[in-house]
Amino acid sequence: MTAPAQLDRPEVDEVVEPDRPWVTIVWDDPVNLMSYVTHVLMELFGYPRAEAHRLMLQVHNEGKAVVSSGTREQMERDVTRLHAKGLWATLQQD
Amino acid sequence: MRFTRARSGGVTADLAPVEVAVLAAAAADLAALLSPDDDAAPPRDPLEELVGLSPGARRPDDPALQRLLPDAYRDDAFGGDPDAARAAAAEFRRFTDSDLRTLKRRQADTVLETLAALGDGGRLRLSRDQADDWLGFLTDVRLVLAVRLDVDEGTLEEELPDDGDPRTEALHVYSWLGWLQESLLSCLEPRRA
Repeated sequence: MTAPAQLDRPEVDEVVEPDRPWVTIVWDDPVNLMSYVTHVLMELFGYPRAEAHRLMLQVHNEGKAVVSSGTREQMERDVTRLHAKGLWATLQQD
Repeated sequence: MRFTRARSGGVTADLAPVEVAVLAAAAADLAALLSPDDDAAPPRDPLEELVGLSPGARRPDDPALQRLLPDAYRDDAFGGDPDAARAAAAEFRRFTDSDLRTLKRRQADTVLETLAALGDGGRLRLSRDQADDWLGFLTDVRLVLAVRLDVDEGTLEEELPDDGDPRTEALHVYSWLGWLQESLLSCLEPRRA
């Protein structure tokens, strides 16, 4: 990849950029059963079993996985629902 | 004890008296642990109560409670601005702490109520809604026990310590609860939102 041409534009000191999407991340923990994590991802997000299983394995093997993305408000809702199910979840700007 | 599917859509399981006693004690402990964060809260404003706000909710000191009621924003959520992330986590908690505690206490209460109907052992019969509450309860109680017992990925793959170790009995309970949860899960198809 090449660097973009330098535009003569003032630096903006804004942390939150509204057009960058937010993501919900599920983190690995040593307690929750693999079958349970798959079950929760199917129930909350409507993922087919194979996709929920793939995300569960990503959490297990890589320590975390992005399970949804959208507006900050939507991600706060998803994190709330995951906490209700006992999964360790956070949101952040992508 | 293992769960089997019932024709009603719910589940059943046969419980020995000692199993009823262990589960009821765990449910009572969990409900007590999740009682409202009153220390932090000034006298409650009826309007705030109505909309489920808990203005005094803080990050719990107890690591087990921290695991049940985790921060929604990590310090790096906004890139390099941990103060903004902590402020967002605190704000999120004020809006969610009360509802989350209530939900988890209700699940523990369902366990206590369905066990009370059994008395001293016998056949537990759960509707699908009650089974979902049991599933949530088994999750939460295992999360708490794991923190208390310092469980990590390898704990149950090793031999459980000899009988002299004070953790042994609790680790056996922890292991049994996991087995029980697996058994319950095998009876429940995910419900789509």
